[in-house]
Amino acid sequence: MIEDLLQSSPGWANFGIFFLLAVVLLLVVLGFVTYGILAERKVMGFMQLRHGPNQVGGRWGLLQTVADVLKLLLKEDIIPKAVDRPLFILAPVIAFAPSFMVLATLPFTDKFQFADIGVGLLYYIAVSGLTVFGMLLGGWASNNKYALLGGMRAAAQMISYEIPLVMSVLGVILLSGSLNLNEIVARQEHGWFMFLQPIGFIVFFIASIAELNRTPFDLPESENELVAGFHVEYSGFRWAFFMLSEYVYLFGMSTLITVVFLGGWLAPFGLTFIPGAIWFALKFSVVVFVYIWLRSTLPRFRADRLMEFGWKVLLPIALANIFLTAILKTIFGA
Amino acid sequence: MELLNVYQNNYLIVFVFLCLGVLLPVVALYLGKLLRPYKPSDAKYTTYESGIEPFHDSRVQFNVRYYIFALMFVIFDVETVFLYPWAVAYDKLGIFALVEMLIFVAMLLIGLVYAWKKKVLRWI
Repeated sequence: MIEDLLQSSPGWANFGIFFLLAVVLLLVVLGFVTYGILAERKVMGFMQLRHGPNQVGGRWGLLQTVADVLKLLLKEDIIPKAVDRPLFILAPVIAFAPSFMVLATLPFTDKFQFADIGVGLLYYIAVSGLTVFGMLLGGWASNNKYALLGGMRAAAQMISYEIPLVMSVLGVILLSGSLNLNEIVARQEHGWFMFLQPIGFIVFFIASIAELNRTPFDLPESENELVAGFHVEYSGFRWAFFMLSEYVYLFGMSTLITVVFLGGWLAPFGLTFIPGAIWFALKFSVVVFVYIWLRSTLPRFRADRLMEFGWKVLLPIALANIFLTAILKTIFGA
Repeated sequence: MELLNVYQNNYLIVFVFLCLGVLLPVVALYLGKLLRPYKPSDAKYTTYESGIEPFHDSRVQFNVRYYIFALMFVIFDVETVFLYPWAVAYDKLGIFALVEMLIFVAMLLIGLVYAWKKKVLRWI
């Protein structure tokens, strides 16, 4: 049925059907964000020997984040007098829209995926870079010193870590000879790229934490020096959209790592009787858990160390990895 | 013809995602407007600065370091633009292209080492 739909000529009817399907994905992602935040708080609670949310919604605090979202919806919307009003209102939209757009090309299983375009990986990296404009605009429009510093830090950090991120996947592209995410998964039949590209995987993972603005790289919003960074002046639902985009990126980045390095929905050790969707969910959950784990384990970087680490350590390693891969591929054949 | 349709439909999906990504904030903020209270007072609309009265505009001149990092970013991002097609077509291009790419990257690395020695990469 979907095949027929994809082969029919595009028009408003197709637009409507795709729109409804995308709304379904949006609801799934919002569900993930709701319970991802709860999982993060709960896991961090256990790691720090405390309980975490345990009041709203039973012992596990299952309704805690739902209550938080409703509270945010009912908050008074405050736009300070000194701000640049149009940009202040525009910034959360610019920050959020790319975070949802990147999900368009990600394959979840061989059946459950949206756009299957030839340059899927490049599309993800290119579009995810746009969010920094939202942060920078939000910080500048707030007319607040903390916010401006936070926005500037976000920009400096994102552009510095974008380069190792982009270069570390080049090894994978060399081995698979394609930018299409489906073909990258198909090439991992006989070994995940996590093991064939260990250096690339580690560099990519570190750079991805920086791109997600999570601890130990959460300098743009470090609460004990910049209060909250670029969103100091935001309140209510406008603030919620910055947070939402951060967690949608967590979803997107975990999916991307699963697809590119962990073999997507492919079953390891020939355990094919378990469906691909479950394998995907398992690998995805492991990646999300590692992000949460690192957050409660590592302290925050210092601003100068952060830049030096990106340019002096990650970039040369990523470049060396590309040529190591190319030379090994030429010697041993593909 | 069918291949063209598949191609166009896939980009239509990307466009749908763009529309939805813009629509969600607009709709949610409009719905919120109907629900949330509105009780303005002067004190609420001041800029936050840890409790003290904000003095002068916050859009001050910035350290030039940010500018240099942005320049470095442009150079290396353009490099990746060349690296991507090379990596995709590596099987067809072979050893000659590999040597060419090594020379190209080596020249950029000289630039990186120069910036390193000039202490451009140090934040303070």
